[in-house]
Amino acid sequence: MLELSAARAAAEIAAGTLSARELFELYRARAAADELNAFTWVAPEPPADAPRADAPLGGVPLAVKDLFCTEGVPSQSGSRILQGYRPPYSASVVERLRAAGAPLLGKTNQDEFAMGSSNENSAYGPVRNPWDRTRVPGGSSGGSAAAVAAGLAPWALGTDTGGSIRQPAALCGIVGCKPTYGAVSRYGMIAFASSLDQAGPLTRDVTDAALLLRHMVAHDARDATSLAFPHEIVMPRAERLDGVRLGVPAELTGEGVEGGVGIDSGVLDAFTATLARAQELGADVQSVHLPHAPHALSAYYVLAPAEASSNLARFDGVRYGLRAADARDLTDMYTRTRHDGFGAEVKRRIMLGTYALSSGYYDAYYGRAQRVRTKIAQDFATAFAQVDLIVTPTSPTVAFALGEKTGDPLSMYLNDYCTVPMSLAGIPAISIPCGLSDALPVGFQLAGPAFSENRLLDAAHALELAIGFDGSPARTNGAGV
Amino acid sequence: MSAGVGEVAYEPVIGLEIHVQLATRTKMFCGCELSFGEPPNTRTCPVCLGLPGSLPVANARAVHFGLMIGMALGSELAPRSIFHRKNYFYPDLPKGYQISQYDEPLCRGGRLGEVRIHRVHLEEDAAKLVHVGESGRIHGSDASIVDFNRGGTPLAEIVTEPDVRSGGQAREWLTLLRTTLRQLGVSDVNMEEGSLRCDANISVRPAGTPELGVKTELKNMNSFRFIERGIRAEVARQEKILEEGGQVVQETLHFDPASERITSLRSKEQAHDYRYFPEPDLLPVAIEQEMLERARAAMPELPAARAARLEREVGLSVDSARQLAFRADLGDYFEAALAAAADPAPPAQALANWVAGDLVSRLGDEDDPGASRVTAAALAVLVGLVSAKRISVGAGRRVLDRLVAEGGDPLAIVQEEGLEAIGGGEDLAAIVAAALAANGDAAERVRGGNAKAIGPIVGQVMRETKGRADGGEVTRLVHEQLGI
Amino acid sequence: MIDRDEVLHVARLARLQLNEDEVQAMAAELTAVIDHIAKIGELDLADVAPTSHVVEVSGALRADEPCASLPREVALAQAPAVSGEGFLVPSPQA
Ligand SMILES: [Mg+2]
Ligand SMILES: [Zn+2]
Repeated sequence: MLELSAARAAAEIAAGTLSARELFELYRARAAADELNAFTWVAPEPPADAPRADAPLGGVPLAVKDLFCTEGVPSQSGSRILQGYRPPYSASVVERLRAAGAPLLGKTNQDEFAMGSSNENSAYGPVRNPWDRTRVPGGSSGGSAAAVAAGLAPWALGTDTGGSIRQPAALCGIVGCKPTYGAVSRYGMIAFASSLDQAGPLTRDVTDAALLLRHMVAHDARDATSLAFPHEIVMPRAERLDGVRLGVPAELTGEGVEGGVGIDSGVLDAFTATLARAQELGADVQSVHLPHAPHALSAYYVLAPAEASSNLARFDGVRYGLRAADARDLTDMYTRTRHDGFGAEVKRRIMLGTYALSSGYYDAYYGRAQRVRTKIAQDFATAFAQVDLIVTPTSPTVAFALGEKTGDPLSMYLNDYCTVPMSLAGIPAISIPCGLSDALPVGFQLAGPAFSENRLLDAAHALELAIGFDGSPARTNGAGV
Repeated sequence: MSAGVGEVAYEPVIGLEIHVQLATRTKMFCGCELSFGEPPNTRTCPVCLGLPGSLPVANARAVHFGLMIGMALGSELAPRSIFHRKNYFYPDLPKGYQISQYDEPLCRGGRLGEVRIHRVHLEEDAAKLVHVGESGRIHGSDASIVDFNRGGTPLAEIVTEPDVRSGGQAREWLTLLRTTLRQLGVSDVNMEEGSLRCDANISVRPAGTPELGVKTELKNMNSFRFIERGIRAEVARQEKILEEGGQVVQETLHFDPASERITSLRSKEQAHDYRYFPEPDLLPVAIEQEMLERARAAMPELPAARAARLEREVGLSVDSARQLAFRADLGDYFEAALAAAADPAPPAQALANWVAGDLVSRLGDEDDPGASRVTAAALAVLVGLVSAKRISVGAGRRVLDRLVAEGGDPLAIVQEEGLEAIGGGEDLAAIVAAALAANGDAAERVRGGNAKAIGPIVGQVMRETKGRADGGEVTRLVHEQLGI
Repeated sequence: MIDRDEVLHVARLARLQLNEDEVQAMAAELTAVIDHIAKIGELDLADVAPTSHVVEVSGALRADEPCASLPREVALAQAPAVSGEGFLVPSPQA
């Protein structure tokens, strides 16, 4: 049962050859015995209201990143300031998926307020990588990625602001997809950076990603930035890449571009091997340029913290969450509540964002970063006139050791080097496992223009078939049961 | 303001900032219904409580009302409207920021009466904070209780240019603004209930100089009368400082109407830095042609246009036209009376004088005559009778007294009280002759050129006729009989 | 270079208490990050429009129609301090 993908399990439930309840119990038991600290809450029992027999997701249970609000269930966004917080409503996308037949299995650990690339910034402890428990799973959706990789959940929801789905998917050897900005409702997602946050699937394979995404995209009247997706997400079938033009941006592939970031040689080898496979499948691989991509990270680390500094102002100890005891006065209550409730990285980003918006600095930082964002979107538009999809390594490195980068925020930020440009442009991107380096998974990223999800999923599906990545070691090593 | 010898005359320069609660059904960014005295915290939801994960969606009717206000004020309407976040911490602000508009307000420029408009923008109201003081102390600190019912109510903030020169002018202009907004139907504009709130930016400068002085901001004046008095008090305070060679300090002030005292509201906080930036949860609102057309179609006739029409088409004096137009209830009453087809028909100007004069003075400044016992048709009949000299002015006033007290039909009252005017015929001539005979001294003085001496003679005629005689006709008969 | 005073000023705006060690560390870390970010200052962006939203649609407006509000006990359920019908806070006037 464990070796079934989520889509297969759903099909077997529909065919009557698998019991949804048994499947839920299997995963519930595995999640409850989690040794990776991937879960912060596990459902105590299967849902009372069994999904309808014709529900398209069949009752295959879903792990959900902590920052999605789930009614009556702890939703803490990895933060001490929300310890024990149980919202009175559920996120739109969680509701949609539950209605489609994906009941809540548990809430997964994450970097606090989705700020981090290693899952070491959680108030509820770090998550371990099921491929090597001394290493990080990536972040911020590290709990979701580790849970799916280790077979503690059939599939999971994550969010991606600058790479928070794609990078942990890469480091854990699974598939992670960040849809077009606006495709999935943000209502009920505890915000990090509103103009960048997007929910997406973390799954064992591309077909599962397509199936989950198919039931996530929808216009939501409660989210003014949500869009009506122009067509249905269809199940990917492609086995070839004939005529597909893949663009390799020099700036994101470590070929000694000024201001660029070096890609580890093992990662680059796996990436290059995958390009060769793509050519074997008929793809036309070309070089393209994203001249402003090396500045994406700088723009991102202005815009995201600026929005975050404002989004996190509501955590003030008045209506919910932590309040510091024995406050002398209002200011004392505010400042100590926020001191005690937020972790170091969150404080750093609040400070950075507040600084960037403060009087006298707005134009130099926020204003310029918004203009860089325009340039990056234009770079992609130019590139997509030349090629169908852009491909890069997902992360410059494989999973690194716990504690390795915690002392140096800047080196931690560089993990997002290859994923942030797409976030700024609001375009969809997917990471698939493309091989191993030092026995650790390497991610391959494909990105396309807005609403090109079907094309992306098809190309990823063809590559996935050709690569034949084996994720089973993580399911054997990663679980305590 | 008045200057003695060697003294400098000062000119006050005043700009007003008015917050108007819009009369939508629901809040600015969520579906909670607006609260009118419901129990605390019963009109909230994840959005207006600022719960994690909730998102705002702007209320279409609030934007519609904003456009109507802009049209009424002759503002330039923005092609798109964009919301910003204004960041600061306060317990009545659940998200730690207010969603407001910054560098692209919905409406820019415009004019109402003699005051130019700087801008009009939309924003959300704060919650209500009730200071409970020591009774609710938490850990040695006084406490307050927050009620989020009001939080998120749509507001239009109207900012004028510094064109106001006195507290009295501020009061008069705000009355015009209130009428305009009420006519538009966009707000209840009730100061007592807080649906209209006004702050004033006040400075003074030596008369005739172009530079502006240091301004102070006077807050929380919750009636038109307090605004007038508050501004007068602050202008006097600033003039005194300058006369004594001091300097006005830029600060926020509070006017206490009971003591007429002005106190500083300056807190220990450092200067505000609101860190405005575009609200990422809301996309820019494109003001489409269709929205403009809908707003235009919803526009009623506004006071300024009504005044012009009453003057040009109805033929009223400038003052009467403004009096009736700027108080919509008077204007409506007047026009209803004019349309009542009374016979004899009252001339428009006479009717206007009766409405704005005799009727208002009997009802009180604030009362809507439409809600009184005097129907517009009854007043039209009454003024028609007076104007046709069927009854005297004095008799007319007596009829009006009764109408105000108990309502009814003016003709019936005239008949019942026998107030029909006595015409110029034999009867009145005989009464005049008798009065001249009884007041021989007075009659001699009138004949001698003392016009005022006619008083006792006319008085007696009026007594005899119970006021039914027409004063002009009596005077004519006196003169005739005295041969002058 | 972000100095101690600037860190304290920004922390005050953000309502964050920082102890002495945190102030020191924050000054160093913010300086490093901002030095890196400052590279965007070298780009020529004179004629470039700022992007606030990547989404190219006109803002969605909501019809002025009511939705159910939360019962008061639900609204107050997660509050750290409550008094009767409302949220209890230290007074801003204190
Ligand atoms: Mg305002
Ligand atoms: Zn609400």
